Amino acid sequence: MEPKKPFELVVREHGPTVLRVCRAVLGAHDAEDGWSETFLSALKAYPELPAGANVQAWLVTIAHRKSIDIVRARNRQPLPVDELPVRPSGLGIPGDGHREVLDAVGQLPPKQRQAVAYHYLAGLPYKDVAGLLGGTPDAARRAGADGVKALRTILVDSSESYVKEETP
Amino acid sequence: MTIHHDEPDVSALLAPLESVEPGLMQRLHDRLAAAAAEQDTLDIAYRTVDSPIGKLLLAATERGMVRVAFEVEDHDAVLQRLAEKLSPRILFSASRLDPAARELDEYFAGTRHRFDLPLDFSLSRGFRLSVLEHLPQIAYGHTESYAQVALAAGSPRAVRAVGTACATNPLPVIVPCHRVVKSDGSFGNYLGGAEAKRALLALEAA
Repeated sequence: MEPKKPFELVVREHGPTVLRVCRAVLGAHDAEDGWSETFLSALKAYPELPAGANVQAWLVTIAHRKSIDIVRARNRQPLPVDELPVRPSGLGIPGDGHREVLDAVGQLPPKQRQAVAYHYLAGLPYKDVAGLLGGTPDAARRAGADGVKALRTILVDSSESYVKEETP
Repeated sequence: MTIHHDEPDVSALLAPLESVEPGLMQRLHDRLAAAAAEQDTLDIAYRTVDSPIGKLLLAATERGMVRVAFEVEDHDAVLQRLAEKLSPRILFSASRLDPAARELDEYFAGTRHRFDLPLDFSLSRGFRLSVLEHLPQIAYGHTESYAQVALAAGSPRAVRAVGTACATNPLPVIVPCHRVVKSDGSFGNYLGGAEAKRALLALEAA
C-alpha cells in the first residue's frame, strides 16, 4: 500500500479542485473561508486517514460539511443585503466567462448546485454524491442532470440578451 | 483537471470555472500554514535555502530543527521519510525556519561560529544520539578523529559506529559531523559529498 504523502503534496494536488467546489457551492465570497476550513480540518485528521483512501473524495466530504457550517453561520447573522458593498469578483481572467458561469451556478437550488460541484468539478461518482446529499444515487444523478440543464438555459438566455443589447 | 470527460459538452459548459487567479493558491496555502501553526497541527514545517554547498532542505517540528538535508539526498524523498517516521502533517512554511535560515546565512558568510537553535533529535536514538550530542562541543575550526569522538561519547571501541552516526546525522552543518575526520587527517566520507565537507572545513579554517 502506498505510504501517506506529506500533506503539502495533498494541498498542491487537490487545492485548486477544492477551491472550485467551494466556489460553486458557496459562491465567490465565502469560498476562500470554505477552502481554509476544509484544509485545516483535513490536516488535523490526516494522520488518521487510512492509507490508500481516496484523498479527493475525503476532501470533498469535508468541504461539504464545512460549507453547510458556513451557510448556517451566515444565515444566523443575516447581513443587510442592500448595504453590501459591490465586490469586484476578481475571479478568473476577464472575459473568460468565469464570473458568468459561477453566477449561473449560484442560481441553482442547493441540491443541484452540490450535485454539479461534486460530480462534475470533483469527479465523485453519483453513488458518493448521494452519500453526501442523502437520497438515492438516481436522485443525485437527476439533480446533477437538472442542474446542468438549468445552467445551459441560464447561460444561453444571458448570452442571447447580451447579443440583443449589443444589436442596435 | 478532474472535470469528467465522459460528458464533454458538460466539461465545456463548466470549463470557465477551471481558472484560478495566479497567486491565489499561494495565498491560501500561506494562510493555512499560519493557522495550522497556531492550532498546533503543523507537525513539521520546511523550506529550502541556497548555500555554497548547494540547496539545503530545512525542517523543524515545534520543538526545534529536526532535519537538514543536502540536495543529493533528494528533498522529496527526505520529506516522504519524515512523513513516515514522524508525521505526515507537513507543510512548506518559511516563517518557522526563518531563524535557522538566518543563522545558516551568517555561518556561510563566516560571521557565525556557533548555532543557537533548538534541536529536535527525535530521529536519533542510543549511541548515535550520544555521538550527535557530543559533536557541537567540537569548536568551530577544529576537528576530532572518529576515535576521539568514540571516547567522548563513552564507547572508545565504537569507532565504526561513530562513522555510522556521522553518516546518518539528520542535522548536518548545524550538528557539525563535518568536524570529524580520519585519524590520519584525511577527510573521510560525508553524506553531502567529499567536496561539501572540504568546503565546510575550508570555510572554518579561513
